Amino acid sequence: MVGHIQHTQTDSFEPKIVAFVCNWCTYAGADLAGTSRMEYKPHVRIIKLPCTGRIDPLFIIKAFEKGADGVLVSGCHPGDCHYTTGNYHARRRWIAFKSLLEFTGIDMKRLHFSWVSASEAIKWVDLVNNITDEVKKLGPFVEYKGLCER
Amino acid sequence: MWSIKDCVNDNMENTLRQKAKELLEKGDVKVVIGYGWNKRKTRVTPVFITKPEDVEKLVFNPLCVNNLSLYLTRKFADIKALGKPAIVAKGCDIKTITVLISESQLKREDVIILGMVCNGVVYKQELWKSGTDFKSVPTEIMPTKCHNCDVRNPHIVDFVVGEKSDFKAPDEPAGMVFDKIKDLDKKTSKERWDFWIEHFNRCIKCYACRQICPLCYCERCIAEKNMPQWIETSAHPRGNLAWNLKRALDLAGRCTFCGECERACPVNIPLNLVNQKLALVVKNAFGHKAGYDEKVHPPMIVFNMEDQEDFIK
Repeated sequence: MVGHIQHTQTDSFEPKIVAFVCNWCTYAGADLAGTSRMEYKPHVRIIKLPCTGRIDPLFIIKAFEKGADGVLVSGCHPGDCHYTTGNYHARRRWIAFKSLLEFTGIDMKRLHFSWVSASEAIKWVDLVNNITDEVKKLGPFVEYKGLCER
Repeated sequence: MWSIKDCVNDNMENTLRQKAKELLEKGDVKVVIGYGWNKRKTRVTPVFITKPEDVEKLVFNPLCVNNLSLYLTRKFADIKALGKPAIVAKGCDIKTITVLISESQLKREDVIILGMVCNGVVYKQELWKSGTDFKSVPTEIMPTKCHNCDVRNPHIVDFVVGEKSDFKAPDEPAGMVFDKIKDLDKKTSKERWDFWIEHFNRCIKCYACRQICPLCYCERCIAEKNMPQWIETSAHPRGNLAWNLKRALDLAGRCTFCGECERACPVNIPLNLVNQKLALVVKNAFGHKAGYDEKVHPPMIVFNMEDQEDFIK
């Protein structure tokens, strides 16, 4: 396994992307993409949570710690939250968190936020494809991974 | 020749002692939390006065930089057990008390605030030379918070001690901390990353920043939870980054810039930079400034449907 990672060249680099999605909108949207037999890039690992309000910023930090090259956070559009207000709280948190990460120098091309509803399978497919391409271009997240080797 | 004794603002101290004595004698309060000299009279340390005859120990001078509101939190059950407290507080300390009240850690009527009119304190006590009083503390040894202080006349008090200050804070926050934030904002993300990793790498996970922070009052900190372990306990760069990000984020919209975390940090991580950066973000995004109104909820526990952002696609 170790040898395998070492042999990975940038041109054959396959990024790891973690998607934190809410159960009611984005997961359903991704499900719709699946049942509609839409194809999208397979680099995304979806983690389903009840609501975007459940997404602690530490989840995102942990994902990077464990070797994610990109993170996607997605939930219901404002006003559509299954729990009425979870995504409003999440939005506030992200505004602060994103600024904090930017200030500490984490490239915001590696962290994406989105609203994807249960019917927006096409938006989900495009989103995942775009993010995968973008992160692939950036290459492995060597800055964060470098912390592990210190 | 100046000596430490001369520099003391006698009037203020006398008023303070008198008030403290009165409160203790009448039994209005059981303990007065204030500042007192250390044995060698080189620094001030917190003192807890429970007897009226001990009020002579109370002092107030430019060395009183510590934020004593820490002792009102649940971290100090033994002080709470003494009974109702009165606290000697500068405007900036009252800001912290205000946040504690707004977060239901304290009721306004459960504490008597002796608000001290303050003309700027000394950031690092070792830099202070005897022979300075409040009027002549050199600005270069004042912390950034004092340059921008708009609460030199304490804003939420039971008694004010001292004469009204006519200091006007600059409209735009200025000073070392804010200059450095602007400087960092201009840099590339790679340069910022290198800057912060270099600083965070020195972190020894002593959690002094947490222990000294009056607003870090969780009974059980996430850093101590290990099922699951969110923050690595060893002083490793990866866990250090996670800890410092988490600490800063939890203070978003709450930090009142008392600066105690940076003062307590044994390896001099510029924590004021992250804290104040987030304070600026919160002010711009949600129009909230921490510590001015105890009836307003902290911004991260409420929301506004009209919150504006440009990054959620």
